Amino acid sequence: MENNILEVKNLKMHYVSKYETVKAINDISFSVKKGETFGLVGESGCGKSSVCKTLLQLLPPNAKFMGGSIKYKGKELIGLSNKELQKIRGREISMSFQELMTALNPVTKVKEQIYEQFIGLKMTKQEKYAKAVNLLKLVGIPSPEQRLEEYVHQFSGGMRQRIMIAIALAAQPSMLLADEPTTALDVTIQDQIIKLINSLKETLGMSIILVTHDLGVVSQMCDSIAVMYAGSIVETGDTLTIFSKPRHPYTEGLIRSMPKDDGSKDRLESIEGAPPNLNNLPKGCSFAERCKYATEICINQMPPLKEVGENHYSKCFHTDLLINSKGLIEL
Amino acid sequence: MNRLSYIIRRLIQMIPVFFIVTVLVFVLIRCIPGDPALTMLGDRATHEMIEAYRQKIGYYDPLWLQYFIFLKDLLHFDLGSSLRYSEPVINLILERLPVTIGLTVSVVFFTVVIGFPLGFMAGKKRNKLPDYIIRIYSLFGLSAPQFWVGLMLLLMFGVKIKLFPVSNWGDTLPEHIMALILPGITQALGIMAVIIRNLRNNVVDISGTSYVTFARSKGLSEGRIDLRYIFRNALLPTTTILSLWIASLLGGCIIIETVFNLPGLGALMINSVLSRDYSVIQGGVLIFVITVLIINLITDIIYSMLDPRVTLN
Repeated sequence: MENNILEVKNLKMHYVSKYETVKAINDISFSVKKGETFGLVGESGCGKSSVCKTLLQLLPPNAKFMGGSIKYKGKELIGLSNKELQKIRGREISMSFQELMTALNPVTKVKEQIYEQFIGLKMTKQEKYAKAVNLLKLVGIPSPEQRLEEYVHQFSGGMRQRIMIAIALAAQPSMLLADEPTTALDVTIQDQIIKLINSLKETLGMSIILVTHDLGVVSQMCDSIAVMYAGSIVETGDTLTIFSKPRHPYTEGLIRSMPKDDGSKDRLESIEGAPPNLNNLPKGCSFAERCKYATEICINQMPPLKEVGENHYSKCFHTDLLINSKGLIEL
Repeated sequence: MNRLSYIIRRLIQMIPVFFIVTVLVFVLIRCIPGDPALTMLGDRATHEMIEAYRQKIGYYDPLWLQYFIFLKDLLHFDLGSSLRYSEPVINLILERLPVTIGLTVSVVFFTVVIGFPLGFMAGKKRNKLPDYIIRIYSLFGLSAPQFWVGLMLLLMFGVKIKLFPVSNWGDTLPEHIMALILPGITQALGIMAVIIRNLRNNVVDISGTSYVTFARSKGLSEGRIDLRYIFRNALLPTTTILSLWIASLLGGCIIIETVFNLPGLGALMINSVLSRDYSVIQGGVLIFVITVLIINLITDIIYSMLDPRVTLN
């Protein structure tokens, strides 16, 4: 498709050690359109961050790529040399990390960490400085001239997230992978970061992959969503469709377990049980054990990703049973 | 300005430490059995001669009086005279201090020049052949006794291949430098083992941190990541360890100076202890203490320059 900036097909990645194989990414496919915000949703440990790191091939040595393809602007990223990848990283696709406290170099000034993104560009010192000041202004850091001279430990969590985004934007990439940008922050700062990323998307026309476990954040930011469970995408579609008509039991459960503001005093619903261990996945559907719709077939066979509506896919045998399931939004 | 006031405060804090040490040294030496008169005059001295000598050096004065005389002289920067050499202690020490300082510089030079790259390489090539070789070496370096290593090096590069002088301090600066290379390497081989292990582990830890992954996600070259992210951060704990070793080198130089026959402070101290040359021991220990205190101060200052998170206060 022409307007897809990123196409991921049948991606598989395992972490292999002497003792076990952790199947972190199991055959996932998705695509991101130019200028859209794509949400990758799921609980902790389901492989969301691994997907981001696989896209940029930033994985630790024990990660083994098991097949699939990643096409960015029509160009295959898998198999590129380190040199070629360096031209993509930061310049075409950049990433902000969720580890606010440890993801920036503690011993160099913020200024230098931004300037590093200008390496290879013909810029004078004044131009670099002006651009760095502008970047900090863009991400909403007050008195940027002074802040540029400071070190990371002098910044609060929210400010670090902004700096990370500023660094990620410095080389004007077309795509930003935002890994849990709001997770470690308190609610008011979360809101500011959401507004910041939304406005960046508007002003810079970037495509964004937003990784989060927070459905509230997703609903405020994303055009389309992929819901991940145990290393697989179990449902994907437009945000509106998924929030109004979820067609996978896991998505349904996630949406039901969100707090509602209708004044009801009922206890929050939760999904019973825990996700399976990624080093010992069942041969059937990995959600079957926790699923109230599960039947014999779910335990013995892996369900395919079925088209259940326009641009809406669900990896479940029993999508029909969910046809009347209600999401948060009534359409 | 902040740094200057910090240095002044630290120097003032050294004064009480210094005085406590004077008391300790003074008392402890006098606890060792034996007395200077016997050592100086030898077995054949008559009782009268010994008594006369003891009277002369104030052996029968009460200890507190002896201490106050020592302290009074110290305030005039007078460390007294050596009984053995009949020379002012300060001259003896100043004569030998450059040798020991030269030895220390040589040791640090070889530790840094050989140890840092090896440690870094072991960390980068973790669990591959270079790592194993370097780790086996560092085990050897830790366990091989220094006097033996020194003798072996001397035998190989001094006697067999006449590359370096044997037991010859020489008269000119180039000769001195040549004389300091083998002892420097000998001592460095031991310290390096510790430095390499420490640096290797730091490099391994830091290679896995998210700021290194983030740096990679920025599209930086591996060389830049190695230098500015991994090496710079890995060096911080190693600096502390190295400085502790430098401080303890002053004491450790005794063996090396004896093996290589260097006229340094260590050799002077050993001889003075054996002959109960009280004033030289006192003076020597005080110089050691001052040096250690100053090295610690310098380390703290360097550390605060390397790591912006550490502030001087």
